[in-house]
Amino acid sequence: MRYLPNSQADRELMLREIGVKSVDDLFAPIPPEYCLNRNLNIPLQWSEAEVYDWFRARSAENGTEYSMFLGAGAYNHYRPVVIDSLISRGEFFTAYTPYQPEIAQGTLQSIFEFQTMICELTGMEVANASMYDGSTGAAEAVMMAVRLTGRNSAIVARSVHPEYREVIRTYAKHQGMPISEAAFAGNGRVDLAALDRAITDDTACVLIQSPNFFGTIEDVAALADLVHKRGALLVVSIAEAVSLGIVRPPVEADIVSMEAQSFGIPLSYGGPYAGVIATKEKFVRQVPGRLVGETRDRNGKRGFVLTLSTREQHIRREKATSNICTNQALIALMANIFMTVYGREGLKDLAKQNLAKTAYAVEQFGKKAKVLFSGAPRFNEFVVQTSEESYAISHRLADKKIIGGFPLIKFYPELGNASVWCCTELNTREQIDIAAGEVK
Amino acid sequence: MADTKCTPTVAAPGAKATTHISQNEGLIFELSSRGKKGYRLPPLDVPEVDEKKLLGKSAREDLGNMPEVSEIEIVRHFTRISTWNYAVDHGMYPLGSCTMKYNPRINEVVARLDGLAAAHPYQSEKISQGALKVLKTLSDYLVEICGMDAITLQPAAGAHGELTGILLIRAYMESKGNPRKKILIPDSAHGTNPATAAMCGYTVENLKSDSRGMVDLAALEAQMNEDVAGLMLTNPNTLGVFDQQIARIAKILHAKGGLLYMDGANMNALVGKTRPGDFGVDVMHLNLHKTFSTPHGGGGPGSGPVVCKRILEPFLPVPVIIERPDGTLGLEYNRPESIGRVRMFYGNFGMHVRALAYIMANGADGLRQTTEDAVLNANYIRKKLEGVFDLPYSTPSMHEVVFSDRLQTGKGIKTGDIAKRLIDYGFHPYTVSFPLIVHGALMIEPTESESLEEMNQFIDAMKQIAREAEENPDVILTAPHTTRISRLDEVSAARKPILRWKPQAQTAAE
Repeated sequence: MRYLPNSQADRELMLREIGVKSVDDLFAPIPPEYCLNRNLNIPLQWSEAEVYDWFRARSAENGTEYSMFLGAGAYNHYRPVVIDSLISRGEFFTAYTPYQPEIAQGTLQSIFEFQTMICELTGMEVANASMYDGSTGAAEAVMMAVRLTGRNSAIVARSVHPEYREVIRTYAKHQGMPISEAAFAGNGRVDLAALDRAITDDTACVLIQSPNFFGTIEDVAALADLVHKRGALLVVSIAEAVSLGIVRPPVEADIVSMEAQSFGIPLSYGGPYAGVIATKEKFVRQVPGRLVGETRDRNGKRGFVLTLSTREQHIRREKATSNICTNQALIALMANIFMTVYGREGLKDLAKQNLAKTAYAVEQFGKKAKVLFSGAPRFNEFVVQTSEESYAISHRLADKKIIGGFPLIKFYPELGNASVWCCTELNTREQIDIAAGEVK
Repeated sequence: MADTKCTPTVAAPGAKATTHISQNEGLIFELSSRGKKGYRLPPLDVPEVDEKKLLGKSAREDLGNMPEVSEIEIVRHFTRISTWNYAVDHGMYPLGSCTMKYNPRINEVVARLDGLAAAHPYQSEKISQGALKVLKTLSDYLVEICGMDAITLQPAAGAHGELTGILLIRAYMESKGNPRKKILIPDSAHGTNPATAAMCGYTVENLKSDSRGMVDLAALEAQMNEDVAGLMLTNPNTLGVFDQQIARIAKILHAKGGLLYMDGANMNALVGKTRPGDFGVDVMHLNLHKTFSTPHGGGGPGSGPVVCKRILEPFLPVPVIIERPDGTLGLEYNRPESIGRVRMFYGNFGMHVRALAYIMANGADGLRQTTEDAVLNANYIRKKLEGVFDLPYSTPSMHEVVFSDRLQTGKGIKTGDIAKRLIDYGFHPYTVSFPLIVHGALMIEPTESESLEEMNQFIDAMKQIAREAEENPDVILTAPHTTRISRLDEVSAARKPILRWKPQAQTAAE
């Protein structure tokens, strides 16, 4: 077995030193009737070449080199090659949670930089060292709002990613936390009047997404006004992080829950991604997950440590703010490198290309079908209503190696044959023209 | 830069570690200056847009203090700070219960294959057959390894798997008419266990361990009643001890209608040797990063699949992978009794690829050998350090061994100090002060990845530190001496948290 460094002679020597006859003596605590006396029903060991070939065949089956018009919570952006080059350093990917700060400063400083950039981009004062993903991060943000307000229910906009809403419902259900939904108006934004009627004295928070599931940018300031007047908190979820390059940050929010996948993290069939929770400084002790703080060593030298751990499960056990124990350090590092590569100018340039591609696509698609929600600004996603079923269009496009939009019929039957399409900097004019040509 | 003050008297004699090039490096923001670029976009092939016109008052003015640096500066920055990390690739990383084993490189290569890495989770099933085959194959293997009936790969980490597993128990109990009120948790449990139970709406009742570090059966009999939904048991537990009474524990629970949850964090001690499903476990999670070698990445991503018995299958999160009549694979969402969804999409797919590659490379034979080597290595270290350090529980060890600092505390030296001194000898410290039931615990897990030579060096270092504790305790109390920075002030970091960088002028103005 090529991953095991000990020879048979080493093993025998160790057994002698321990004073047992065979390795099975070491497994004596397992009652004999439960010892597995056969091989697991798994093939015997494979060579590296066999492993590689098996996965290469799976990769080919999955289809490559399609052009992509799917967004819906997972975005197809270019990943600068330095990301994989740097995260492939064993010092980053084979290290553990930085419990021993003197020999984990690389991870700690990287996270501190990540926290800083997330604050800059979101307009918040503190950010954690990442959550599992955008959907669980949104659920944790809702629970955080419940702890902060002492109120027990939450309102989630219907224009929030449907799978985020499902995750929030799962988390909330067994904690006796009622969740209701707020409708969207004709322009795709949250219906303010309906929301106003829905908020009660028990509403801990209103969670919205901006840009929302339809690509529509919400009027965060107006929503915050309304929500704050009723004594609740506003949680803003951001699924498409690249939007922050050109869209005004949700500074009026109390909590921002973000999915960082757009920042250089591969689509990878849905994961691993990285969520983030950012908020105001006064709420920091209710933030779930890991936080890195700056401090000094004995000689006055700057260094970083995991901090404010009294909120965490290993100290507060059943009273912890959350059971979350891991963060997504390596994925956050990808995002950190991505944000550094593009930086202050590049994130804006990149977002502007996305905006231009989308504007062009909206114009082309609009010639053949009805583009919904045109009354509000949007970022890189748009909803097209067609006379034909969305699946039929996607099917035709697949033959041209194009992956079409996401059909909305399952989650929003009231929109009929509608689908949400996404254009990023990777969609060429030619592909947009072909896709638009097939829509009817 | 090496701190020359600490040599030669306090550098560990004969230690594996020496000081080496370690360049000081500021924060990326401090390296930034206006107008530098690390990117170039292709020319825009559609008409330019005026963002102010398109976005109106939603347009962003400025990106604040985001960095501006060139590509070479980015590469140097991250390479330099990487050298400040200790990693499995450097040497032994004996963090007990964290299972820091070798991360095979083929795993990384296959996870980056274009058809897998660039696959969109919503692309059609027709062009997702490869990814679905990965998920299905891994599912089948994990079910077989655990001796269970069904699985979800959706949970994103071990603690997330715990949450999913306890939600399954809750949904099952509700389907029987009563969710019940309590979850029993041994005092040797991971801290996430009680937090998880609380998140699922249960109250936590602690269960005492006996003098051997196992569940006290009499206490369990007394505490078990029809208010208890289940017991969360880590097995082998956090002492590295396999609970020999496991089948009786399961029987006591089942007799009163409760279920047995196993925290599978230490499954690397059992793979190929025994199966939890066979000894009465109803539901458990696996930490793919611990048992199946997906990299820890400085703290994540993890992946925490949950396997369960048939009775819990209807409640699994949606979607589940199914085989369609035509032999193709698909995702099924129509599961009316499901607990719902615990994560968007299908889980940490990239980790599923890596874990499967690891299982294939090992095979049934290699997996068993791996488990045997992990247990053998832990017992070798136990034997060699027994007497040098106090062994609070003499019960047989599996894949890890827990000592205490009792023999060293007389000189004012605690487990944390020994850990810091170990750094000077070229090793990552063991797990400090855990489990909580051992005062001053030193929890050591070598894993199967360590050679006899590496372990002998570690053992020598531990013995040398024990001698230093007698002869020169100061050198331990002030350790580490060979690192770029010395011990950090964690108290003031928590008291006055600085959680982000700010430009000098801004800091001064505040």
